[in-house]
Amino acid sequence: MSKRHLLALFSDFDEAEKVVRELRAVSIKGFDSGKDMIVKSPIEHPEVEEFLGEKPVHVQWFTLVGALTGGSLAFLLIAASQGNFFAQLKGGKPIVPFPPDFVLTYEMFILGGVYISVLGFLICAGLPARRSPLYSAKVSEDQIGVLVQSEEAASATLKAIFTKHGALEIQEETGK
Amino acid sequence: MKDIREDIAWAKINQDVLKSLENPRKLFWIILFVAIAMVGVAVGCEIYQYQVGLGVGNFDNPHMWGLYIATFIFWIGMSHSGTLLSAILHLMHADWRKPIYRFAEAMTTFSLMTAGLFVAVHLGRVWQIYYALPYPNGRQVWPNFQSPLLWDAMAIFTYLSSSILFLYVGMIPDLAICRDNMRDCWRKKFYTVLSLGWEGTDRQWRNFRVTYLTIACFLIPLAVSVHSIVASDFAMSQQPGWHITSFPPYFVAGALYSGCAAIITLFIILRYVFKFEEYMTLPILKKTVRLTFAIAMVWTYLNFIEYASVWYGHNQVAKDLLIQKATGPYAPFWWAMNFLGSVVPFIMFFKRFQTNIPVLMVVSLLLNLGMWLERWMIVAPTFSHGYYPWTWDHSQWPSFVQWGIVFGSFGWFTMLFMVFCKVFPSVSMYEVKEMVYHRSRETKKLGAVEGAH
Repeated sequence: MSKRHLLALFSDFDEAEKVVRELRAVSIKGFDSGKDMIVKSPIEHPEVEEFLGEKPVHVQWFTLVGALTGGSLAFLLIAASQGNFFAQLKGGKPIVPFPPDFVLTYEMFILGGVYISVLGFLICAGLPARRSPLYSAKVSEDQIGVLVQSEEAASATLKAIFTKHGALEIQEETGK
Repeated sequence: MKDIREDIAWAKINQDVLKSLENPRKLFWIILFVAIAMVGVAVGCEIYQYQVGLGVGNFDNPHMWGLYIATFIFWIGMSHSGTLLSAILHLMHADWRKPIYRFAEAMTTFSLMTAGLFVAVHLGRVWQIYYALPYPNGRQVWPNFQSPLLWDAMAIFTYLSSSILFLYVGMIPDLAICRDNMRDCWRKKFYTVLSLGWEGTDRQWRNFRVTYLTIACFLIPLAVSVHSIVASDFAMSQQPGWHITSFPPYFVAGALYSGCAAIITLFIILRYVFKFEEYMTLPILKKTVRLTFAIAMVWTYLNFIEYASVWYGHNQVAKDLLIQKATGPYAPFWWAMNFLGSVVPFIMFFKRFQTNIPVLMVVSLLLNLGMWLERWMIVAPTFSHGYYPWTWDHSQWPSFVQWGIVFGSFGWFTMLFMVFCKVFPSVSMYEVKEMVYHRSRETKKLGAVEGAH
């Protein structure tokens, strides 16, 4: 069955919140509020998470892996280089001295952590991305967008809910 | 007075900041032209030095580092306040940083780029810079992983690339605003590519928040380590005047100090040039000035600690060097450094000057002059008056080639910075909106509570 996209624009968060709460509360055939609803906003808004329900963020796992890999790789490379050079007389000093090697290990720990966090961000946030079927530049200015995807049969009900809550504009497009 | 007006419409914030990309005041072009001319001077000097050799800079034995390394430390220091303050204030939820952090982060990036040039310039044989890089010994080069100079290269690379990522990630929502508001031109394509298809969805914001916070957490220890490592370039040697335990915190404090002073200078320039009076407000300037004053006092304390540890220590040569600094050929600069670094900031102690733009412009420039002199007074006197009297050379003076390249570096930084501000939004639009939003909500809540009483 073909899916239809609807984008409703609201002038503030309170109105958008009421819409989202209602969409989560009601049961509409052909529309799953957990999967088929996206809130778009011009600012980072912690309350969005409250009314959308908690969703997991996995970036920190990328950070952990990146930092550990960076640090380990640095120490291994340095220690391997130093170990490779064992033929040079060290005057009783260690071939692989830990305190100075810690500095570069520390730097690479951070470098790996930062690089892989950014990679994790791109993967988890789905970036780079193509424009979604409906987009309004007003969302990057001062309006809150609620984008829903539903079966055709459900779109009339959804539109009615948007209108009831004072949507400034409703855009509609047929999806796949 | 409020940091920012709470009734600014969000659409107006977009308009005002986007206007800065297209329509700055004439002073912008004057600054850019002067900066390019200054770069021209440096390029001329570098070509001359490259062809003839480092001798044209008046480098000799024992004066091997001269102005180049002093200016290298200055630019590394300048880079600190941007990212470090942005990250610290972000973690502390100090939202007054929001209108000013973007240009401060850009300042970090371009300062590091400028500093990096000095490593190459100071080598003379610029093509041999790879000896300074910490790569494994595949080409039988055997980098010395125990040398602070090698740590320095790695630390600066890490700091530069992390700062660029921090700046870029924080700018993605604003790049999307630029993309949405530009008419069809190269800018639209440019912002479309850089904004990566950002649409401000809840998923994007959620991951954005965690990522930005994570990078901020990494950058704070990183920034401290970078300047501590630069301090180790000196402190880990046995040279008089350098082998001092307090050098790493002293360098970090000096770095924050010069960076904060530079933020004040650039704040004032951008406020006028891009007509940002609504966003870069006097109360925010006042907070920055107070922070700078506090850091100036920390630096002053550590400066005296340095003198005291030399004075009461048992290294007679280091003590002689300190006396030589205060009474020898470098005395005017050493006293000027102390005066500019420790006495001039007291102007910022007085409330009436904390928002006086002409006074603050002059003071911030003087503070940075003092901080540049500090770096010169760390580097040069030790070379001129070392452990062995037969190596003493008190009469060496940097040639016009050294001065020309140092002069040009300020032009290089200014040129990059001004071009950045013309191409990218130098005020964070989405964060200013957040600031306005949260403050207006707080005001409403307060009003409601007062009404209930």
